[in-house]
Amino acid sequence: MNKMVFSGFGGQGILVLAEVVATLAMKKGNHVTWMPSYGAEMRGGTANCAVITSDRIIGSPLVQSNIDILVAMNQPSVDKFLPKVRAGGLVLVNASIVTEDVQARRTDVDVLAIDATNIAVDIGNLRVANMVMLAGFLKKTDLFTLDDITDVLHERFAGARSKDLIPLNVQAIERGLM
Amino acid sequence: MSEANTTAKRGSVVGVSPAEWRGLGQHPILMKGNEAIAEAAIQAGCKAFFGYPITPQNEVPEYMSAHMERRAQETGGAQGGVFVQAESEVAAINMCYGAAATGARVMTSSSSPGMALKQEGISYMSGADLPVFMVNVSRCGPGLGGILPAQGDYFMATRGGGNGDYRTPVYAPAYIQEAADLTFHAFDVAEKYRTPVMMLIDGMLGQMMEPVEIKPRPPIAADKSWCTDGDTSNRKPRVINSLSLLGDVLEQQNIERFQKYAQIERECVLVENTVQEGDEIAIVAYGVPARIAQNAIEELAAKGIRAGLVRPITLWPFPYDTFQQLPASVKNILVIELSMGQMVEDVKLGVNGTRPVHFHGRSGGMVFEPAEIADKVREIISTSSKGDL
Repeated sequence: MNKMVFSGFGGQGILVLAEVVATLAMKKGNHVTWMPSYGAEMRGGTANCAVITSDRIIGSPLVQSNIDILVAMNQPSVDKFLPKVRAGGLVLVNASIVTEDVQARRTDVDVLAIDATNIAVDIGNLRVANMVMLAGFLKKTDLFTLDDITDVLHERFAGARSKDLIPLNVQAIERGLM
Repeated sequence: MSEANTTAKRGSVVGVSPAEWRGLGQHPILMKGNEAIAEAAIQAGCKAFFGYPITPQNEVPEYMSAHMERRAQETGGAQGGVFVQAESEVAAINMCYGAAATGARVMTSSSSPGMALKQEGISYMSGADLPVFMVNVSRCGPGLGGILPAQGDYFMATRGGGNGDYRTPVYAPAYIQEAADLTFHAFDVAEKYRTPVMMLIDGMLGQMMEPVEIKPRPPIAADKSWCTDGDTSNRKPRVINSLSLLGDVLEQQNIERFQKYAQIERECVLVENTVQEGDEIAIVAYGVPARIAQNAIEELAAKGIRAGLVRPITLWPFPYDTFQQLPASVKNILVIELSMGQMVEDVKLGVNGTRPVHFHGRSGGMVFEPAEIADKVREIISTSSKGDL
């Protein structure tokens, strides 16, 4: 079982990123839950989403402690969820915005800093910063491969207008891997 | 959880078992609970949807607005139909009354305060014996409250907020696959027994996503000889009305309607019961809290404390009998709800004084963690606390 939390500003694509990861886990034959915090969030505020993957039926869809994987896209996300990551857990941090040395704060977890927002701006679209973070999963876990992601992106962005975004999203992940 | 431990009393028109409800389909897709219910409704033959926006159920009307008319075009009218965003909840439920009177499968959805506004229409539809499928994606209250998940609408759903003698079958799924499957079932039950039927879920199940496979099945054949279908031949006129001014006539109508309700109580109870001989305590919960209870049960099992789950799937008719059949090893009952305590009253009726009934609830949108439930169980067991009889 993997308990994950994705967190960041509203508008950073947190929910879509979590949905892509949940879909990838589902395609591997897992039970999956995707649970957004649907309180009074708004663009520019905080958004977070809990994803649980398991080979068994999942009980509570909420992730309130013992996080296995945290994806933190901004500083408030680090402050809120870093204490809830289990020892030995994985923390993927958007280093473009989070300047703190997260590893120094939690020496018992595995921290990978990814320059997500800067990479996204560099390749021409701020909004693919979420996809850059997927590179962290490829580097640090064996949950899925780049081919798996590409397949899911083709399904997720199959619409006529969104189809053009697929190469950009793949480029974002590849840049994150460098 | 072991599937083998799962038993359920099945209603006569249920085509699937709980194991199937929670299993992974061959080609699952990730869907929100709200969207899965909406798609299942379309595939179940819903011809008209009337609603009014309110969080956290907005994905239901949103989905219907995007798909009802388009599906009708794509399928030549075999699926889909009319979507109307009404001017109010009261208007929406009365549009359901009119459309249901023609024999069409109709649906509305709302969230707690909006459902409160529909109560008059639900009473009228019950009095006119009209089928409708209603979804309440509930939020916390009373009043406008907030949009966070809660289960404070149990009384309104099972006792009826409308006037007069009537009952409403209420389905409370805990999994999105189950919500989709029960949507087909609910339309059948509404039509077979000519009654409004409600699905009551909390905002969590509406907003979350899980893998789901919409598994269409043909509707059961229902008698439609009562419909106002526009027939202009010389047959006897049909009147659909809840007004009945003669006492003896209305009493007879009510007696017959309650014979129907008694039939529903015999035929439609659904419950998941994982309690086994040797379990010390039974935890009773419905909807997503039942899943949280399941985590607590596993946490307790790891510490050598045996607990089982009773999960009512129909809230009316309520599975009272289940509580008479619990093994002798069960010394205590713990009811957990996202409310100040509503279903606990039905559990006490079922337990009927044979064991202490304890309650743990959260409200206002606060949700208990598994550890909180496990702590409560330990407290009950260690103190031999008396609870209520």
